[in-house]
Amino acid sequence: MSDPTTAARRPAWLARLASWDVAVIAIAIVVLLVASGTIDNFGTGRNYTFLLLDLLPIALMALPMTFIIVTGEIDLSVASTLGLTSAVMGSLWNSGLTIEMIIPLCIVLGAVLGAVNGFFVTVLKLPSLAVTIGTMALYRGLAFVVLGDSAVADFPGSYTSWVTGTLGGSSIPNVLIPLIVLAIVFGVVLHATPIGRGVFAAGASDTAARFAGIRTGRTKFWLYVVSGAVAGLAGVLWTLRYSSARADNGFGLELAVVAAVLLGGVSIFGGKGTLPGVLGGVVLLSALQNALRLQDVSNEALNIVTGVLLIISVLLPNILSSSRAALQRRRRRSPSRKPELSPAPSSNPER
Amino acid sequence: MNATKVAAPPPRQASPGERRSVFGTVFKARESGIVLALIVLVVFTATQNSRFLSGQSIRDILLGTAILAVLAVGQAVVMITRNIDLSVGSVLGLSAFAVGTMLRDNPGLPVIVALLAGLVVGAACGLINGAVVRFGRVPALVVTLGTLYAFRGAVYFWAGGQQINADKLPRSFLDFGDASVLGVPWLVLIAVLVMVIAGVVLRNYRGGRELYAMGSSPQAAQLVGIKVGRNTTIAFLVSGALAGLAGVLFAARFGTVDAAAGTGYELNVVAAAVVGGVAVFGGSGSVWGASLGALLLTVIGSALAVLDIDQFWQQAIVGALILLAIGADRLVAVRVAKALKKRDSHV
Repeated sequence: MSDPTTAARRPAWLARLASWDVAVIAIAIVVLLVASGTIDNFGTGRNYTFLLLDLLPIALMALPMTFIIVTGEIDLSVASTLGLTSAVMGSLWNSGLTIEMIIPLCIVLGAVLGAVNGFFVTVLKLPSLAVTIGTMALYRGLAFVVLGDSAVADFPGSYTSWVTGTLGGSSIPNVLIPLIVLAIVFGVVLHATPIGRGVFAAGASDTAARFAGIRTGRTKFWLYVVSGAVAGLAGVLWTLRYSSARADNGFGLELAVVAAVLLGGVSIFGGKGTLPGVLGGVVLLSALQNALRLQDVSNEALNIVTGVLLIISVLLPNILSSSRAALQRRRRRSPSRKPELSPAPSSNPER
Repeated sequence: MNATKVAAPPPRQASPGERRSVFGTVFKARESGIVLALIVLVVFTATQNSRFLSGQSIRDILLGTAILAVLAVGQAVVMITRNIDLSVGSVLGLSAFAVGTMLRDNPGLPVIVALLAGLVVGAACGLINGAVVRFGRVPALVVTLGTLYAFRGAVYFWAGGQQINADKLPRSFLDFGDASVLGVPWLVLIAVLVMVIAGVVLRNYRGGRELYAMGSSPQAAQLVGIKVGRNTTIAFLVSGALAGLAGVLFAARFGTVDAAAGTGYELNVVAAAVVGGVAVFGGSGSVWGASLGALLLTVIGSALAVLDIDQFWQQAIVGALILLAIGADRLVAVRVAKALKKRDSHV
């Protein structure tokens, strides 16, 4: 978020500290600490377990979503992919397949659903927003076609208890381990490999990236496949956690995922963002929701918080950058002590 | 689109000779496609079950279309400017609940006051969307995705699980939802009125042409002196106000309002507009098309019920239709570009 001219004037560590993603991580930690100190039952081990279990599906889907939004695209179909995977999981279980076969099948199904998105976006070159609004409806609809409004609940106890269980009596859920592994993999790929550089380049300027030899279309296609597969995995974990395969599982969750990613400092215009920032955004969002839920605020009313956070997270960077630009103009003007005759620079942000 | 000359009459009609044939066939193809789909669907369904063309069934379809079409007209106005309003379902819910509460507490209020109140509630929501999009310079998608949940959260917060039932609403208001003039229900008349006004303004007035110009090329529109920011706000204001109006129609038709009223409508509304030929990239489309899209979606829902097909298919079909429509739109755009290139090479 810091533009080069101001950043050069400040020490590097200060510039880093002032950046959006670090700020979000700091705010998330402060919220956790304050809530633990002031809200009854927030600071208990049990609540931390629930907090982590609740943020798991959001965090999982936010990992590939970060990549996709950095390339300047979007995937609104993730929550529906989760729902369809869950419904298929239920109906496969009803048909008598073993859970060991169902789980990989469900992840493959997610990847296929993601590939459909990728095909429309990169091969037919349709706007990702419209495509994934379409598949959001299509996948959710298919989920209901597959399972209707019934629920499948009798999944094997060894699996469901592993998903809800914690590591050797601590308050850390077992499922945090795959999340941490995936987060490290995604973080390394995004920030330390040519693939990651290509993702940023595609988001900064698709044309320039293609001239530089990056196959942006292919990159985006595979990002959608990964996004679908991870949503499929989230569907499996969701189903096992609540021990309930339902077509409406994860309904509306795409908002929380997009909100967390944008809150974590990823620009909706593409080309900017960090994965640690996104994880900070996920924790901040989940901690606020958890704290409010403990205060007996209803789930539906909590949507106000998520919605407003989403809007703030796109507004604030813009306000900050334009006020920074205004400050710079004033600084540039003041030493000369002469009223400038030339018109002020255009107020349009150079994006 | 040569809509940069905003004062000029609509290009589709006025362009002479060859150009007319290119544009003429394209637009004809676009809207005739959806009419054709409608006819096939209606004929097929009617042959399977004659109940489909009964008076009551047609009436239900028209009433459902009326509410969806009012929303779709507003959505078309926003989408033409290359924006999107995903919050309409929540605005409908907020307005329906607000008007329902108002009528429950003041049973003597005339219907027109309810309609105006709905418009005002919706316009206020639209103004919030428009102001954030304009002054925050942020994409409408994110803003309205945020307000979709924020407005819905506000209704839940306000309603707190309570429901306004038909027996709490004044008789005159419920009659308004049922009554008709010369056989045409009031709701349909209002929808047609909205459609005609919006259609004429978009087609024949400077302000309307400016919206198309903005959608075709925001930079060019700014350069020729169109007040892009102001027009964007107005477009969202219109969409919000119409969603508010739709909330009143919703309350009048169903008589029961809870916090969940209109949940998920935004999908059908975007689908109706897209299926009706309003481009997601802005700059083209008409409110007639959007309304036809609304009619098609409603007929599909009704046909599924009559054909004894699971209603669960409906959402899947909506999704598939969106994909089909944007795919077809892309195809048309590519062909138009090719045709224009060919024509230019001959000149």
